[in-house]
Amino acid sequence: MATVARFEVEFTRYLEPDGTAHEPLPEFARDPDRLIPLYRAMQLTRAFDTKAIALQRTGKLGTFASALGQEAIGVGVASAMRIEDVFLPSYRDHAAQFVRGVTLAESLLYWGGDERGSAFAGPRDDFPICVPIATQVCHAAGAAYAFKLRAEARVAVCVLGDGATSKGDFYEAMNFAALWQAPLVMVVNNNQWAISVPRTRQSAARTLAQKAIAAGIEGRQVDGNDIVAVHDAAARAIEKARDGGGPTLIEALTYRLGDHTTADDATRYRDAAAVEEQWAFEPIARLRNHLLARDAWSREREEQLLHEIGAEIDAAVEHYLATPLPTTEAMFEHLHARLPAALAAQRAEALAFAPAQGGDHG
Amino acid sequence: MAELNLVEAINRALAWEMAHDEAVVLLGEDIGVNGGVFRATVGLQERFGEDRVIDTPLAETAIAGTAIGMAAMGLKPVAEIQFSGFIYPTLDHLVNHAARLRNRTRGRLACPLVLRSPCGGGIHAPEHHSESPEAMFTNVPGLRVVVPSSPGRAYGLLLAAMRDPDPVVFLEPTRLYRLFRQEVADDGEALPLDVCFTLRAGSDVTLVSWGAMLHETLAAADQLAAEGVMAEVIDVATLKPLDLTTILESVARTGRCVIVHEAARTGGFGAEIAAGLAEHGLYTLLAPVRRVTGYDIVMPLARLEMQYLPSVERIVAAVRQTLEAS
Ligand SMILES: Cc1ncc(C[n+]2csc(CCOP(=O)(O)OP(=O)(O)O)c2C)c(N)n1
Ligand SMILES: [Mg+2]
Repeated sequence: MATVARFEVEFTRYLEPDGTAHEPLPEFARDPDRLIPLYRAMQLTRAFDTKAIALQRTGKLGTFASALGQEAIGVGVASAMRIEDVFLPSYRDHAAQFVRGVTLAESLLYWGGDERGSAFAGPRDDFPICVPIATQVCHAAGAAYAFKLRAEARVAVCVLGDGATSKGDFYEAMNFAALWQAPLVMVVNNNQWAISVPRTRQSAARTLAQKAIAAGIEGRQVDGNDIVAVHDAAARAIEKARDGGGPTLIEALTYRLGDHTTADDATRYRDAAAVEEQWAFEPIARLRNHLLARDAWSREREEQLLHEIGAEIDAAVEHYLATPLPTTEAMFEHLHARLPAALAAQRAEALAFAPAQGGDHG
Repeated sequence: MAELNLVEAINRALAWEMAHDEAVVLLGEDIGVNGGVFRATVGLQERFGEDRVIDTPLAETAIAGTAIGMAAMGLKPVAEIQFSGFIYPTLDHLVNHAARLRNRTRGRLACPLVLRSPCGGGIHAPEHHSESPEAMFTNVPGLRVVVPSSPGRAYGLLLAAMRDPDPVVFLEPTRLYRLFRQEVADDGEALPLDVCFTLRAGSDVTLVSWGAMLHETLAAADQLAAEGVMAEVIDVATLKPLDLTTILESVARTGRCVIVHEAARTGGFGAEIAAGLAEHGLYTLLAPVRRVTGYDIVMPLARLEMQYLPSVERIVAAVRQTLEAS
């Protein structure tokens, strides 16, 4: 008998939960000025989540999925991308979308039930939020193929959940991309839960990163609450892909500190004390402690930042709430490049029965 | 008798059948500890154990596919697809296997499974959570397709679906889950799986609908009655196999028919009923058959969804057109 293959999966962490750093830090993290924008983006996401949940509770927003505790993944990954790269988000990836240039108001419009929320003015080629789990991984592999075929130095990046790694779409897309050596980076937000199903009941595999090995590509694990580790792993994978090195799977370990969405009540299936314990590992306090220890941050700067962010969010909410309802015609406008004649009669019928004031508020 | 809403009636039917038939197993995402995202399976894992109420990994293809293997080997799986927007990956297994296993093996193997899924809009749900895919399934030979419209019929039809020897797609209108309560006897009595139900008698026009749209259809009938127009209202309930006889008999008396459904118009199941009337009831008609349906567009997000869904006003207007025709 001979061993024909043997594999290892590496795990990386630079910042301990209390913010202590393992030296040497990656190049970018040696300059605190490069960490502060990441800190800001994580704080923005957290404050946005709080606001969005409040809007949902008061009937001003639809069902919403917060990123509480997982901010380092979106921010770490998107900040490692170039603007010309393409991002394919799931519904929990607004942290990354904001870094990419999607506006807070656009995000609110989407969750408020308005298609215009996906008509991003910023990242023109980024995909809209993907709700059918794991399907975006296939689209990402296809986008990456397009870049490779046209010899464009662009990379497709997608995020998926731990639950999503159980779907065929994920395995199939990874297999295609590996064979094509397409410039694709897949990031698994392993927040330990897929609604009520814990990670241990999602897969018998020791890690999710090792799923990459079967596809013949690199798979690695990082502490998903350590923005330095996430950003560094994403940056390496993205640049490798850009240089023709093929796809990478990154499993980022984190924890969903909130309910699955505003429609969920996690106390039905998990212990509040276990969730409480996880607060010791969350990414924002970790980076703050690190910056404080390096004398790169202060209570005054913190206050100033939160104030700025609050104003930014208030302005976005105001803009969202003041956005006129979509018109009845809008339902027909973008279905096809040109409205087929057969549909014009239906549009006329819809208009004839439309309430005078337009659509229905969130 | 208990006052139950539709989702509670589903829960009782599942519990009844699990208690009386050991072969029944449930599988799906979040159906165990969480009791399903709509709570249709609440308490069932506690009562019947993890082996019979299976929380699966997140994979609709495998939920449908493993249910087929289970069914062929003598279990009676009831699979839940969390929302009908995520039912599409099951099509390969339903169309190529569940629906034809009996036929392919000349009766040697069968596939007595039920695939349950919430359907329909009107609850301000996120994208892909408000689909009405029933016509895709009615076009598949070998499948039965059921859409209940009340707690009582949900209870009786789901029991019938679980006892049926062949695969049944059972679509539960989300909007009705908690809309109203009704006395339901939890007595294990199934309803027939091949008849339409006449909910209201009338002599001037026949209104045909199913699922959540019966709510608007009955409201339209009330409004018409106030104007002296007596509408007969038929709940199709089992779309396939279709009990066209009940509809034809009604239209033979009223001479007019308006079909109401939430799904898009083109290729919607209303077209099948209208075709049946054209083939078998044309000479009894006093006016052209009319359809009041969703438009041929993607189900809009929450802000416009009520403009997509057929309204009482649209139904009443269609009835008036049939009355004006002759
Ligand atoms: C194909 C599909 N099936 C089911 C759902 C319903 N659903 C939405 S989120 C979710 C759990 C996803 O878990 P995970 O992939 O871990 O991502 P997370 O929500 O934890 O970020 C489920 C089952 C869906 N959106 N798509
Ligand atoms: Mg998860």
